[in-house]
Amino acid sequence: MILFFLSSGLFLGWSLGANDAANIFGTAVGTKMVKFKTAALVASVFIILGAVISGAGASHTLGKLGSVNALGGAFMVAFSAGFTVFWMTKLQIPVSTSQAVVGAIVGWNFFSHTQTDYNSLIKIVSTWVFSPILAAIFSSVLYLLLKFILRHWKLSIFRLDVYTRIGLIVVGAFGAYSLGANNIANVMGVFVPVSPFPDISIGNWFHISSVQQLFFLGAIAISIGVFTYSYKVMNTVGSGVVKLNPQSALVVVLAESLVLFLFASSSLRNFLLSHNLPAFPLVPVSSSQLVIGAVIGIGLIQGGRNIKFNTLGKIASGWVTTPIIAAVITFVALFFLKNTFDIEVYKEKNISQSHQKINVEYVMEEFSQNYKYISNDTEYFCYLDENKDRNKMNLFKGLK
Amino acid sequence: MIFKKTKSLERQFNKFLNITNEAGLLLLEGVKSYLDKDDKNFEYNLEKLTKLEVKADSIRREIETELYEKTLIPESRGDIFDLLENLDEIINQAKETLIEFSIEIPTIPNKYNTDYSKLVEYSINAINQVVKASRRFIQDPSNVEHNIHKVYYWEKEADRQSEQLKRKVFRDESIEKLSMKFHLRYFALHIDMVADKAEDVADKLSIYAIKRSI
Repeated sequence: MILFFLSSGLFLGWSLGANDAANIFGTAVGTKMVKFKTAALVASVFIILGAVISGAGASHTLGKLGSVNALGGAFMVAFSAGFTVFWMTKLQIPVSTSQAVVGAIVGWNFFSHTQTDYNSLIKIVSTWVFSPILAAIFSSVLYLLLKFILRHWKLSIFRLDVYTRIGLIVVGAFGAYSLGANNIANVMGVFVPVSPFPDISIGNWFHISSVQQLFFLGAIAISIGVFTYSYKVMNTVGSGVVKLNPQSALVVVLAESLVLFLFASSSLRNFLLSHNLPAFPLVPVSSSQLVIGAVIGIGLIQGGRNIKFNTLGKIASGWVTTPIIAAVITFVALFFLKNTFDIEVYKEKNISQSHQKINVEYVMEEFSQNYKYISNDTEYFCYLDENKDRNKMNLFKGLK
Repeated sequence: MIFKKTKSLERQFNKFLNITNEAGLLLLEGVKSYLDKDDKNFEYNLEKLTKLEVKADSIRREIETELYEKTLIPESRGDIFDLLENLDEIINQAKETLIEFSIEIPTIPNKYNTDYSKLVEYSINAINQVVKASRRFIQDPSNVEHNIHKVYYWEKEADRQSEQLKRKVFRDESIEKLSMKFHLRYFALHIDMVADKAEDVADKLSIYAIKRSI
């Protein structure tokens, strides 16, 4: 039964692997610079590593938006997001899994009368706008840098080919890691509060948490998507939609990977905060939109020719339409699931409960303004007394 | 392992370009020997050029096979094939020209020796520059224009020299037979065609260079 409920998330993972791996290796495979088997293997291994090692950050932000507290609800949230993506893709409307999942969670919040954390929502929505812009900035800077290097480091066409191939695989691996770390939240994020797996520890040297097991499962689904269906998509990306030469493709993938990493890595965020630098919120972003942003960045450097500005309009319309459609579908689907099958889709919150599960990082982050260093150990949860929760400053000091 | 293949390809490509250069020099030596009535040296140059042309064909095929089998430089592979084939046409044209001399044995009055020598020299200069441009295209495409410009310059000089020679021939009253005038024009045309082939390669190279610039 548990696996049945998880199946919608696994389907979402499969479709993410089938579609989004092309954003990392599409041009490399499409232009025959990298063999599909190599690309699929590298992508799978690094998506799994990224998801298990660094996947917690972005999913925590989704959790703050709305903590889906029943397995049935989580199933329907993931299913509705997946269905929205499928349906909108069929209608050829640009769609992002991240936006569909956020819409679906908000739909669940409405259905379960849970207060939506508007601060988190604004934070998430602003990253949708900001992330493609950041990808464009990165790609234009990297493009100029690569151009400078190639002008001064005269490589023969044959050597450049070899270095580009190596670069596409290395950067692709980084991209896959970042994709796994950032986008696993879309696939398994809603299941985190209801994860059915127990923590596994072997001695003192090996510990894999419940959430990590969940992410591992999601990452396996993504990998299956990569192996079973991404070849077609990669060929389309590589030879059709965006025609890039391999060196420009390298720049695009690197820019995309850096942005994905910035919005996924808790370690980087902590590092930036500890050095009084502005840090990026850990939010799942759309890799497809990052690619488009990065391509536009190169296009602008080349003088702004060949840029289809109506594509930008389509993306912007997706920021509004996708979450709304996903929210509506989720609301209707939850109503159907609850009333037809009598399946629990949310748990009523009992205020008199003496303990409430609160993620330590969530609490700590609230005090990030006051403290330079923020612990990032998202795996530790604590049970708080209702009274203590009122005084979060004391709690934070206690945790320190 | 990968770099070994790369080095071998670079070596092969350079060998092919050296052969193209050498073919030009053999054409120059061959025509000059013919004008000097040095049959032995003429035949030697013709034989050497024929062998060189066969060698060039085999290197070209080796490079093409290597590029296809190992799916190397997939983006520019077509351009490299075209470049090799167009350079090969220059070698073929040089060989054909000497063979025509050998078959038709045109009677060239001594007073035209300097004109033919100049014509062949200009055509060879165009070949030399196109070989330099090809080498630069492989190594440093952003600076290929400099050599391409020189190819155009020598091709125009060859055209001008060829036209001058033809005008001179057809106004020369000491040559009575029109057939002889046609024959002299035909050989000027043949030598000039070598420079035209070099110009074709230069045209393509300038497009390939734009394609290669990121």
